[in-house]
This record gives sequence, structure tokens and C-alpha cells, in this order.
Amino acid sequence: MMKRILVLFLLLCALPAVATVKVLATVPEWGALAREIGGERVDVTVATTAKQDPHRIEARPSLIARARTAGLIVATGADLEVGWLPLLLRESGNRRVQPGQPGYLEAASVVQLRNVPRTVDRSMGHVHAAGDPHFHLDPRNILPVAAALSERLTQIDPAGATVYRDNFERFAGRWRAALARWEAEGAGLKGNTFLQVHHSFGYLAHWLGLESRGELEHKPGIEPGSAHLGRIVASQQKTPVVMILRASYQNETAGRWVSERTGIPLVTLPYTVGGTPRATDLFGLFDDTLERIRNAAQRP
Amino acid sequence: MQIRRLAVALACVSVWVAPARAEEKSKHEQLAAELAALREQVSQMQSMYERRIAELEEKLAGVAKPEAAENAVLPMQAESPPAPLGSSQASAKSGISSFNPEISLILQGAYAHRKKVEERHIGGFVSADHHHGGHDGRGFALDHTELVFAASIDPYWRGQVAVGVLDEEVELEEAWFQTTVLGFGTGIKAGRFRSGIGYLNEQHAHQWDFYEQPLMYRALFGKHGYAQDGVQLKWVAPLATFVELGAEIGRGQNFPGNDRDVSGASSHALFGHVGGDIGVSHSWRAGLSWLRTRAGKRESHFETDNDEVRGAFSGRSRVWIADFVYKWAPDGNPVRRNFKFQAEYFRRAENGNLAVDDGTNLYDNLWRTRQSGFYLAGVYQFAPNWRAGLRHDRLSSGRQSLGDNPADIEIVRYRPSRFSAMVDYRWSEFSRMRLQWSRDRAMPGIVDNQVTLQYIMSLGSHGAHKF
Repeated sequence: MMKRILVLFLLLCALPAVATVKVLATVPEWGALAREIGGERVDVTVATTAKQDPHRIEARPSLIARARTAGLIVATGADLEVGWLPLLLRESGNRRVQPGQPGYLEAASVVQLRNVPRTVDRSMGHVHAAGDPHFHLDPRNILPVAAALSERLTQIDPAGATVYRDNFERFAGRWRAALARWEAEGAGLKGNTFLQVHHSFGYLAHWLGLESRGELEHKPGIEPGSAHLGRIVASQQKTPVVMILRASYQNETAGRWVSERTGIPLVTLPYTVGGTPRATDLFGLFDDTLERIRNAAQRP
Repeated sequence: MQIRRLAVALACVSVWVAPARAEEKSKHEQLAAELAALREQVSQMQSMYERRIAELEEKLAGVAKPEAAENAVLPMQAESPPAPLGSSQASAKSGISSFNPEISLILQGAYAHRKKVEERHIGGFVSADHHHGGHDGRGFALDHTELVFAASIDPYWRGQVAVGVLDEEVELEEAWFQTTVLGFGTGIKAGRFRSGIGYLNEQHAHQWDFYEQPLMYRALFGKHGYAQDGVQLKWVAPLATFVELGAEIGRGQNFPGNDRDVSGASSHALFGHVGGDIGVSHSWRAGLSWLRTRAGKRESHFETDNDEVRGAFSGRSRVWIADFVYKWAPDGNPVRRNFKFQAEYFRRAENGNLAVDDGTNLYDNLWRTRQSGFYLAGVYQFAPNWRAGLRHDRLSSGRQSLGDNPADIEIVRYRPSRFSAMVDYRWSEFSRMRLQWSRDRAMPGIVDNQVTLQYIMSLGSHGAHKF
């Protein structure tokens, strides 16, 4: 019986490929990008939502099922998904999406990573050895990933080559225009200081010229205790920062606690597509992010 | 490029200008004006390029100099250096493989307060362990220190070894390799591995939510779950819902089978899992497993009216396990709060012959048992790093028939049970401490209230755990 099922299945696999490429994106930003580049030719599912911490996802049965049928997996890489993606790939039994195959794309492979630690030790908390993986928040990093994605989709589905190229060109044009607009809008933000819950906004700060004054987390990935937060509040008495930044998936408690005691506004940023109602796509993500930061910076 | 083009244009202009000057002096002024315009253009371009070069230099300087902006108040940040241009790109590409090989060492131990019981066993069940005397886990005691080594062997294979070490005892718990390139949803694993049957069977002790595994697993397979020396084939169906089927054959040297020293397989297992999500906050997995093992003169102790006799079972054991796991996390984000419910139920049938040796005579008995049991467990993470859990274990010694029972073996009919409550705290995903209270009625006539304070510490790089 089992054999018969297997034979039947192998026959099914031998049939000509379906017109669409099944893309599994680990995080919403790459899901949104895959929709921009792939258009009608791709069927995109995203493993996480903007409400979930991409570091802390379980290799759920539903995700294994999705990895099983995927033709392309788009991951951030740089160890962001190290706690669940390797297991997902192994359990899926899908050869096409294993690392090294055309069906596995790590966005980090085409982007310059920042903050690569010289030494990694567990006493430092959850440190990313390969560098800060939150690079999608520098919008200048989106285009190289888009180009790589278009190239991969072409490799996997050569029949769609022109579609992917056209979509990429169109997206790149819109993105460059938006980038110019954002940079004009964000020009006045340079030098604004901020605290952040987790080291999520290093790239965003680098792009806009914001200055980070530290994290609320005691150490990366470790929840802050009240003593630690107390020290932060004390340090804010003399030279307070302009705002406290929090990603929508991160817990509000620590940020609100510090905000209430210092009067520094707590700003919730979408962090990724879907993080706020306005962040419906990559353009909305940066539109909303900039607006929220500008509103906080313009407060008296 | 543009500069060169401009030079060519200028040359053309001058070539054209020279004869013009010779022939028509009237156009001289016009040409001078044009030349002036060209010079203006050139100087404009020059200044533009100078500006661009200056900008580039500024950018380069920005990359090279330490990011003063990020080296702020907190010590952690001071430790993170700026990104050096070359090295960061190299490490960015390493991705997942940078944590390869994963080597981890797990320290486990406990302080336990429990009754002194001469020979711990589960009433009405043949003991899967040979457990005599010893400290019985009372007071301060170390559990197995577990060494796990996992790595990709090459692009085609992956291997893992797990060794449990305790005093003079070194146990090779797992040593297997698996394929990564078969495709079509299939995977082959071979060597010594924990069988894929049930839910808890594949999990090592450090993954358990309670200090001890459920009574059910202890009764079925002894201390360490069911491990096979053999081959496993797994297949994940290409469906939107998770459907996984697996089959195993192996030597079957572990309880309820034993080492029979024969060619061919003594143990066969089949299992199937289905699972999925309900919305974003709920996920589940259910499974059904079947295991058949053979035993040849599997030894155990039995009580008679006034003595203890040795019995050797030869025959066949069949085990069915149904398992179910459900997990909840608000918005699918388990970081602060989450809940896990798990339940497993088993039935075991043994058919064969029991040779009983009371020291003087050897008796042959017919051996036929039908036994069952289950556990229910719920664990709730109510705050970051804090969890609390309850578990209820219950077994039934079921039907046990010994034929004419010429050796007068005492048939114990009993329903062992245990109730456990625990609270645990973790500092990070690598360190955990647990306080557990259990009311253990695994043995007839004994109610053992146990208190255990346990630690689990994980050193090194440890791969992700399954759902």
C-alpha cells in the first residue's frame, strides 16, 4: 500500500511543474518583497507575523508542511532563524530548499552586516555571531535583496524571467523614488537620541543618523529586571534621550515603565510589514516608521 | 568617462575653431562666447566631481571610524565593535552553518526528598529496568550528564551522537546519521536512535517538563525511552496539513524486547503524525504509533507466596500509542505567555511463554497480558521565564494470565498513579531550575510524597528542539 502511494506520488512529481512558485518567507518583509518581485507567478506564505519574535519561533507542524512543498525559502540569515529554520528544513525532507540549493536564499548574503562581534560568549546573552540581522530597516538594503530574489526566481522558474525582471525594474524605480522622499523627510532627524527595547533599530538609526543610547534589555534576548530599568531611568535624568523605540512584537511593559518615569515618549514602530495598520507593504512600513519617529522628534 | 568624452568634444571644437578663425574673423566673438560657455560647463562638472569625491571620502571615513553613536551608556554595547568591511561580509554568508558542529553538554542533577523504598517498581507491571538498591535518587544526586554532538557530515549526510555519563556508567544513547538530500519529503535515519513512536519518546531528559518521565514511559520502555539500532524511513506528505508517516526496523534489544542474537529484525515500528494550526494562536499535533518487539528469555523477577523467583519471557510484545499535543501562545508569540497540553495513551499486549526457575524446578507458563495507561499534562508559562505545570499519570495492570500458573506466581492487580505539580524558572534558554512535588502511588500500599529541586544547564551550542 505504502509502496503504491509512493509510486503514485513519484508519478505526480514527474508531471510538468505548476505555473506558480511556492515561496516560504521566514519573516513578513521578505514575504512582501517576494510578492513585489514574483507578482502573479508566486504563491507566498510567511512563517511568522509581525506580532511574533523571529528569534523565538517553534518548528510547528504547519511550518514543516509549508517547507515541504516550498520551491523557494527566503530567510534573513545571519542566525536570526537559527532556533527553528534548520530543524524545519531537515524535517521537511525537501531537497530543493536546503542551504546551498537555488531554493534557499539568505538575504544576509547580499547585504553588508553591521556590528559583527569580535568574540561571542553566552555570558553576553543572545549575541548574533554573524552580525546584526535586523538589516531590513535600512531601506537601502532592500534593493540588493530584491535583485537577488529576482535572480533566484528566474533560476527556479526560467519561464517567468521577463516577469521577474520587469517587476524588479518597476519596484526598483518606485523604491528609489521613495528612498529619495524618505531621505528628504528624515533629513531633520539626524542626531536625535533614543533607547530601544532590543537592538532592533541599529540599521534604521544608521540610515537616519539617529543615535542609540542603549537597550532596555539587560542583555540581548534576556528580559530586563527592575533594577536594570531603574539604572536606565536614573541615567536619563541628566541627558534624556528623545524617544524610546519598540518593535510592535516586543512587550510594552519595560518601555512604558521607563517612559512613565522619565516622560520620554515610547514610540512603537511597525518593525516589519503588518506591524501597524499602515504598514501593509514595504513602502507603508517606511512611511509609517518615518512618520512615527518624526512625530516623536517634533514634540516640544 | 564623462571627462574623457568632454575632452574629445573640446578637441573637436578646437579643430573646428582654428580654420574658422582663419576664414571668418567676424565670427570670432561668437566663438569666444561659446568657448566661455564650454569652460563654464567644464568647471561646473569639475566642482561636481570634487563634491562627489568629497562625499565618498566622508562615507569611507564613516565606515572606518568607530560608531561613537552606538557606543553609549550600557556595557553590552561597548562590547560590540563596528563592522569591519571585509570580515562582516564573509561571516554574513556563513549563516546557519556557522553553528556547525553543534557540541553541547547538559548538566542535570537534583535534590530529592522521597521515601526509602527497597526496590522501586511499578505495581502490576514487569520492571523494564534492573534497579536494585543504590541511592534511589534520594538527597543530592547527579543525573546523567549528557554530551550531544551534531553536525552536517557533508552535503549529503548529517550525524548526531548523544552520550549519557554517570559515574562508571557511559551510555551511548544515540548515534545516528540521516540523509538530507533524498527529497520528495523522505528522510532516512540509521544507527542508534530514539524511535519516532509516541510524542515524548524522542525527547531527551533535559526537554521534559517534569523531573521524571510519565509512569507510562517508565512501564513501557524503562528509563530512557525506546531506542532502536536500525533504520528509520520517514515521509512528509506534500499537503497543506502536516502529515508524516514513518517506519522503523531494528535489532529490538531494548525492553520490551531483548537481545536475541539473531539475523534479521526483532523490532518493527510504524507511526503517523498529523498536525496544523488553528488561527495564529493555536497549534496541535496528533499521532498514532505501533511497535512490535520480540523477546527471547527476557529476565525479570516475580513474587510467589513466600519467595522471589526468576522468570524468562519469550514471545511477542505489541504496543499502541496515541498521542496529542496542543500549544497556545497569544498571537503565536510564546515569549511571555504560552500553554502546552499533552496527553498519551497506550495499550500493550504480550503473548508468549514464561519459564520460571524457583531454584529447584523449572516451570513453563503461558504468558498473556493486556495492559494500558495514560498521562495528561499541562504546562503554563504565566510570566517570562516562569512556568507552572500539572501532570496526572495512571496505569492499569489489566488482564494478566499465566495459564495454570504452576509456580504460584502472585499476580498483582493494581492501578498505579501519580500526581505531580511543578514550577520552574529559567534565566535564559540554557539554564533552568525546577521545583516539583509528586504524590507517587506507583507501588501498592505506598504513598510517597516526593519533593524535588532540579537543575538543567546547557553548555555550548544546542540544536533546536522539535515541536
